[in-house]
Amino acid sequence: MAIEIRIPTPLRTLTNNEEIVKVEAADAATVAAAIGVLQTRFPGIQERLLDDKGEVRRFVNVYVNEEDIRFLQFQATPLKDGDQISIIPAIAGG
Amino acid sequence: MDKNDSFMKALKCRECGREYPLTATHVCEFDFGPLEVAYDYERIKASMTRAAIESRPNSMWRYRELLPVAGDPTVGTKVGFTPLIKADRLARRLGIRELWIKNDTVNYPTLSFKDRVVSVALSRARELGFTTVACASTGNLANSVAANAAAAGLKAYVFIPSDLEQSKILNSLVYGANVIAIKGHYDEVNRLCAEIAGKFGWAFVNVNMRPYYAEGSKSMGYEIAEQLGWRLPNHTVVPMASGSLLTKIHKSYQEFQKLGLVPEAPTKIHGAQATGCSPISVAQKAGLDFFKPVKPQTIAKSLSIGTPADGFYALRVMKETGGAADDVTDDEIREGIRLLAEHEGIFAETAGGVTVGVAKKLIASGRISANDSAVLCITGNGLKTLDAIVGHVGQTREIKPSLRDFEALLATENLAPAAAC
Repeated sequence: MAIEIRIPTPLRTLTNNEEIVKVEAADAATVAAAIGVLQTRFPGIQERLLDDKGEVRRFVNVYVNEEDIRFLQFQATPLKDGDQISIIPAIAGG
Repeated sequence: MDKNDSFMKALKCRECGREYPLTATHVCEFDFGPLEVAYDYERIKASMTRAAIESRPNSMWRYRELLPVAGDPTVGTKVGFTPLIKADRLARRLGIRELWIKNDTVNYPTLSFKDRVVSVALSRARELGFTTVACASTGNLANSVAANAAAAGLKAYVFIPSDLEQSKILNSLVYGANVIAIKGHYDEVNRLCAEIAGKFGWAFVNVNMRPYYAEGSKSMGYEIAEQLGWRLPNHTVVPMASGSLLTKIHKSYQEFQKLGLVPEAPTKIHGAQATGCSPISVAQKAGLDFFKPVKPQTIAKSLSIGTPADGFYALRVMKETGGAADDVTDDEIREGIRLLAEHEGIFAETAGGVTVGVAKKLIASGRISANDSAVLCITGNGLKTLDAIVGHVGQTREIKPSLRDFEALLATENLAPAAAC
């Protein structure tokens, strides 16, 4: 098993159209570390996700197993084998 | 107007200003900022005069140049131009000189302001060649997509939280739409739809069609300005779910000023939320320019968005215009529904109760001055949220078909008229 990161459409140009990127749990103890792994593999992706202060951009929502990381521990949210991360743009009401 | 005459220039990122072609796409590839339609205002100014507008049919499409379709609209051509009611009885009750109700409880065809956004989104979806339309919805949007898609012969998928009011579910099913109930709250429905939208090549009205869809809300503001006799109110109170309607009403007022259709005047935009889902209101009251997401818990299900996508922009609009936000409890929401019904004969859904309840608070606290004019945006019909008021609006008294029984009933109730609440 590994950690699965689901990549949203606007970022797939950076991931060679990969929709799901798998990273080893050993390399990604937290969401921040997982973003770091993504950046190593797909240079440029980090600046799309994080602003110049290193915070998750305000129009990007990051979920670990369907839970918004702002209800968890933000980028310090711990990860374990089998977790799923979704990166999703904020969308409008209904 | 010429056919196929587009006044749109491009889609533009609200954060960084990067431009994109006018396709079905909604976020900037660089910073995920929302895309918005940019217009050619010089051409619009030449085409859109008060006289030209007044000569057109009574629908939201009389403001066609400022709505993002390339040709003539093909879906929802009768939507909008709902009544603007001078609410003198409610004004006296709340203690304000001039009060108006923008009554979208009778919007056509599905009795909420969502018909405005859907007629734009589906007209544009057709122009872009889509045959299946979809949405993530707290109910009203689902109803409107289902109905307008049926009338236009489009296939519809609507995604809703499974705990919605029964009437809102039936009001989607009846049109033959595919209604998918998600075991989760709206933000979870939204998240799933964002993932689905990328996959199936459908026109998701509030995902990939959002730049067009959201612009439809502006028509409510244009109508307010025209129906007030080509002027802006001192105050407008708007319910907030994602915050989109509030920002679009502000935009509509700005555009009308820019085009010289109304005199320039300060106009404050206020936001209303339910206390059980008040991320924007809490942030505004604390003076913050960002909000903390919440898990909704309120009877105002149509406003139950815990992660409001336009929350930042709504906060900015309130700050720039000198507006305020507030929120009301479930009991205050029901009281708001009754105030509007008993004073103006308008039965609003829970979101309307939120707007009236918050307006009452803003007037009582002086954030809306008693000498000013105010418009309340009432966005949906009470027949859709009957569950919320069962047991809270009095009850019937049952008697036999006998005059004697009726007289006895009147005697025991000593004929007092229903007390105004």
